[in-house]
Amino acid sequence: MNEPRVIIYTPDSLLTSPLRMVREMLLDLASSRELAWRLMVRDLSAQYRQTFLGFFWAIILPLSNTVVWIFLSRSGVVNVSDTPLPYPVYVFTGTMLWAILMDALNAPLQIVSASKVMLAKINFPREALVVAGIYQTSVNALIKVTLLLIALLVMGIRPGWGLLLFPIGVLSLILVGTLIGLALTPVGLLYTDVGKGIPLLMQFLMYLTPVVFAMPKEGLSATLFQLNPLTPLILTTRDWFTGFTPEHLAYFVVVNLVSMGLLLISWVVFRLAMPILIERVSS
Amino acid sequence: MGETLIKVEGLSKKFCRNLKRSMWYGMRDIGSELLGRRHGTDGVLRQDEFWAVKDVNFELRRGECLGLIGHNGAGKTTLLRMMNGLIKPDQGRIEMHGTVGALIALGAGFNPVLTGRENIYVNAAVLGMSKRYVDTKIDEIIDFAGIREFINSPVQTYSSGMTVRLGFAVAAILIEPDILFLDEVLAVGDMTFVIKCLNAVRRITHKSAVVFVSHNMQQISWFSTRVMVLDHGSVLIDSQKPSEGIDRYYGLVTHEQQISGTGEAEIHSVELLINEMDSDSKEPTILHGAEVGFRIRLHIDSNRSAAVMHIYIMDEAMNPVICLPVNNSEGTLNIFPAGILHVKISMGAVELASGRYSVTVAVMDSCTSEALTRVQGLSPFRIISDKVQWGKLVRHVVPEQIDVLTPPL
Repeated sequence: MNEPRVIIYTPDSLLTSPLRMVREMLLDLASSRELAWRLMVRDLSAQYRQTFLGFFWAIILPLSNTVVWIFLSRSGVVNVSDTPLPYPVYVFTGTMLWAILMDALNAPLQIVSASKVMLAKINFPREALVVAGIYQTSVNALIKVTLLLIALLVMGIRPGWGLLLFPIGVLSLILVGTLIGLALTPVGLLYTDVGKGIPLLMQFLMYLTPVVFAMPKEGLSATLFQLNPLTPLILTTRDWFTGFTPEHLAYFVVVNLVSMGLLLISWVVFRLAMPILIERVSS
Repeated sequence: MGETLIKVEGLSKKFCRNLKRSMWYGMRDIGSELLGRRHGTDGVLRQDEFWAVKDVNFELRRGECLGLIGHNGAGKTTLLRMMNGLIKPDQGRIEMHGTVGALIALGAGFNPVLTGRENIYVNAAVLGMSKRYVDTKIDEIIDFAGIREFINSPVQTYSSGMTVRLGFAVAAILIEPDILFLDEVLAVGDMTFVIKCLNAVRRITHKSAVVFVSHNMQQISWFSTRVMVLDHGSVLIDSQKPSEGIDRYYGLVTHEQQISGTGEAEIHSVELLINEMDSDSKEPTILHGAEVGFRIRLHIDSNRSAAVMHIYIMDEAMNPVICLPVNNSEGTLNIFPAGILHVKISMGAVELASGRYSVTVAVMDSCTSEALTRVQGLSPFRIISDKVQWGKLVRHVVPEQIDVLTPPL
């Protein structure tokens, strides 16, 4: 046994003793690794054990999206400007990468909401839920990427050396997705409006990101596309994957660095908010 | 008695009755937390708020077991949740020394699709146990739960009793805390398993400071070295004598009078006679083993020529525990004539376990058994003894003979 642990609870804001808070955050993160792993295994195996199609569900949504967009552009309902890649490849990679972002974005709120009963009754490191979500998204992303790679090779695209950097792109999508999801979780746990609003908003955002459309050359939409912080993520990752040289690398790096900083802040907010939320959600 | 492990000072917590407003307060509380302000708006109640726990103080040492009792909504669980660090106190301070474990929400984190064995690992991880540690204990857990043949089936195929048993087994086998919280965990399962659980908990409680919430007074009396009664968030009594606390809790139970029947008979009054004496108080306290009788004044309508009477003693949950058919000297039910009657009856020594009781009087037509009147909740009284026993009737016995067949070597 090491020295006896002393726990003190008071109404004081945890921010009043920042050193203690940071120490506890790191300790909890460290001790949540095994639990997060267990939760990930639990959720994934439960998820796939109850389905017939199993792991294919990880790609069915982006795949059907791709088919819809190829149909729309072929039939001329939607006029898509020229893309640097063959359009099916462009759409398929775009929707797959977007799906990874969405997975990461939805995970925190979804897992925390599903664990309400556990949260209300057991004291365990709350970080484990978020980490479990990241693990889960990563596994699903791996499945997506593998299938994507097979599809690309079949379609005759040669990825090249950029493929080695591609995992960084996927990780940055997961990073940004987790950041947005985690930042929305405290409010989303209280007000279900958030959970309902996310798909709506993200659908809209997808059309401002070069997922199914190519980058517009001019006008207001071009500015919006340029400013959208998700644009460099999708473009750079796709470029690495398909053997192009990324053009938005600087913005890509900036978005990632800022996201890391914001993720730390979201983590603190999440931690401070949790006991207050649990009281409101469960009483 | 060991060192002080729990120190609770002036602890208060408020809740909000209105959901929409509660959510909004939640947002504002997060805001002020982020600004580094103190939680709980300095003890001011906002609209629709009330104190769920108000100014609770106590210290608990290693080896002590605090039984926490009170009605639903008295604040027991809220107090426990604050000490467990799940929710933030609005006022006061909690200090705890050592590792904290809780037998609450057994089986939390169970996924119905996964097998029992997989769920053991998940549940253990939630409790902070490593896989390697669980590996060494898994057989013990499975045997304790007594579900070896089902351990590789999905938990959704389990009966509710099996799920609870598995949940309890995981927690009880794995944790060895300095501070233990127990919340109504022994309320389910069959008797054999409850006994097994009680023994397991006993093992833990010897080395820890325990806070134990239950509605079962036998368990409270059996475990606790100390009893605290909460009512509307405040401490009514914190007593080193569990029976005193339990008696106080029974005092909170109200026995409501309820009258049913055709109304052709009427009970005017029922007085208790204790050891042949009229009881002076409204709710007398009777020592276990005292002689108890009744003096009943009633009126039976003239169009009923013959009536019979039963008297029942009901416990605090309004279950009849004693039935007293009022007979004549021949051993059949006594026929009461119509008119205003005064009846004196003795029931002999009360051997009821300590608790709170009341009297029900039923008058029926002797031929049709139609209830003329039935009044429950009359003359409430309390039985006290130094211990709450596991049984409604308690009779101490002395063996007539003991033969020791194998003498010690």
